[in-house]
Amino acid sequence: MNSLEFTTLIFAGSLFAGFLGALTGLGGGVVVIPLLTVIFGVDIHYAMGAALVSVIATSSGAAAAYVREGYSNIRVGMFLEMATTAGALVGATLVLYLHTSVIAIIFGLVLVYSALVSFHEGSSLKPDQGPDRIATWLHMDSTYPTSNGLVSYHVRGVPMGFLLMVGAGVLSGLLGIGSGAVKVLAMDKAMKLPFKVSTTTSNFMIGVTAAAGAGIYLSRGYIDPGLVMPVMLGVLAGSLTGARELAGAKVRVLRIVFAVVIGALAIEMIYSGLRGKI
Amino acid sequence: MPQVKSMSSESLRTDQNMDELMGLLLRSGVILAACIVLVGGTIYLARHPRPSDFRVFQGVTENLRTIPGIFGEATAGHGRGLIQLGLLVLIATPISRVAFSVLAFFYQRDWKYVVFTLIVLGLLLYSLLGRR
Repeated sequence: MNSLEFTTLIFAGSLFAGFLGALTGLGGGVVVIPLLTVIFGVDIHYAMGAALVSVIATSSGAAAAYVREGYSNIRVGMFLEMATTAGALVGATLVLYLHTSVIAIIFGLVLVYSALVSFHEGSSLKPDQGPDRIATWLHMDSTYPTSNGLVSYHVRGVPMGFLLMVGAGVLSGLLGIGSGAVKVLAMDKAMKLPFKVSTTTSNFMIGVTAAAGAGIYLSRGYIDPGLVMPVMLGVLAGSLTGARELAGAKVRVLRIVFAVVIGALAIEMIYSGLRGKI
Repeated sequence: MPQVKSMSSESLRTDQNMDELMGLLLRSGVILAACIVLVGGTIYLARHPRPSDFRVFQGVTENLRTIPGIFGEATAGHGRGLIQLGLLVLIATPISRVAFSVLAFFYQRDWKYVVFTLIVLGLLLYSLLGRR
């Protein structure tokens, strides 16, 4: 196989992974890693490097659109980025001390969890529990657009949300993913933000979290240009297409099918990890 | 509500304008990075007919891991160096967004958030520039 064939193959796979990632809401990084390791046999460190860089591209590309719509809560995002960036630095450092099999198993578990969460539509209406002392001090309460105009909401559970975000950051740096599922969990469940605000703010934060891990990955040599080039361009193009598809067609059945496929890949990674094959 | 949009410090006082500028910054960064990677990738493919082996981890060469090394490789016109330069632009995109937020919160006189964003910026710069 020559260079051009290899690059084309990886590009096509990454295009598909980016498309799936956007359509299922899992994100491109978490889909492209099992594709590269399980199907193409790429070493997990190179796969993580390529995925983390792709995550920055898709997050920044999509955030540009979301931020304009007025859903994302920038103050909540910025405050919690202290937790995710610190966590990402810890996670990226942990990679050195953990065996790749352990990383593969943790990855598989996170992927299964993310696939399960992607079925959850999210309750758009939460009973507003009134102002919270810490959130008020941090000026976090805001409004978001609905079909009935702007609706205001109160933010709660800041300490718990912050702790969960440290965890999300650690996973991001440890696995080379955006860990959007954990970020949404923190904001949706712990901080009681409206679901749409949680998902868009999570997306807004992912690029910054990934950049924190990427600096360390670069200096360790995980980011190989020959591999990252087709992966990054493929995931970016795929996720832009997937996001457009998501807005148009009825995709519920497709999402279920893909979530099952991704779940199977995750189990394959856990199995390989347990047998020490990764 | 019609609003006059300008790059003045006045416009930074409103969250809405801040959001739009941030969106523009992010999108430009990604497009620029993708273009540099594409150019570097074309050169790389033209000069390297055989793909590297990614099955066993060795780590990329020292020159493609550090900022001075990458600049050296890129200005020499090497494909791999140019790709890494594009990736550096990509990594710098969210970092510059945070730097921009420091400024925006400063203009809003929101000192708490100036401190928060400075902490995030510090952690990001440590990751990219810190010696290991």
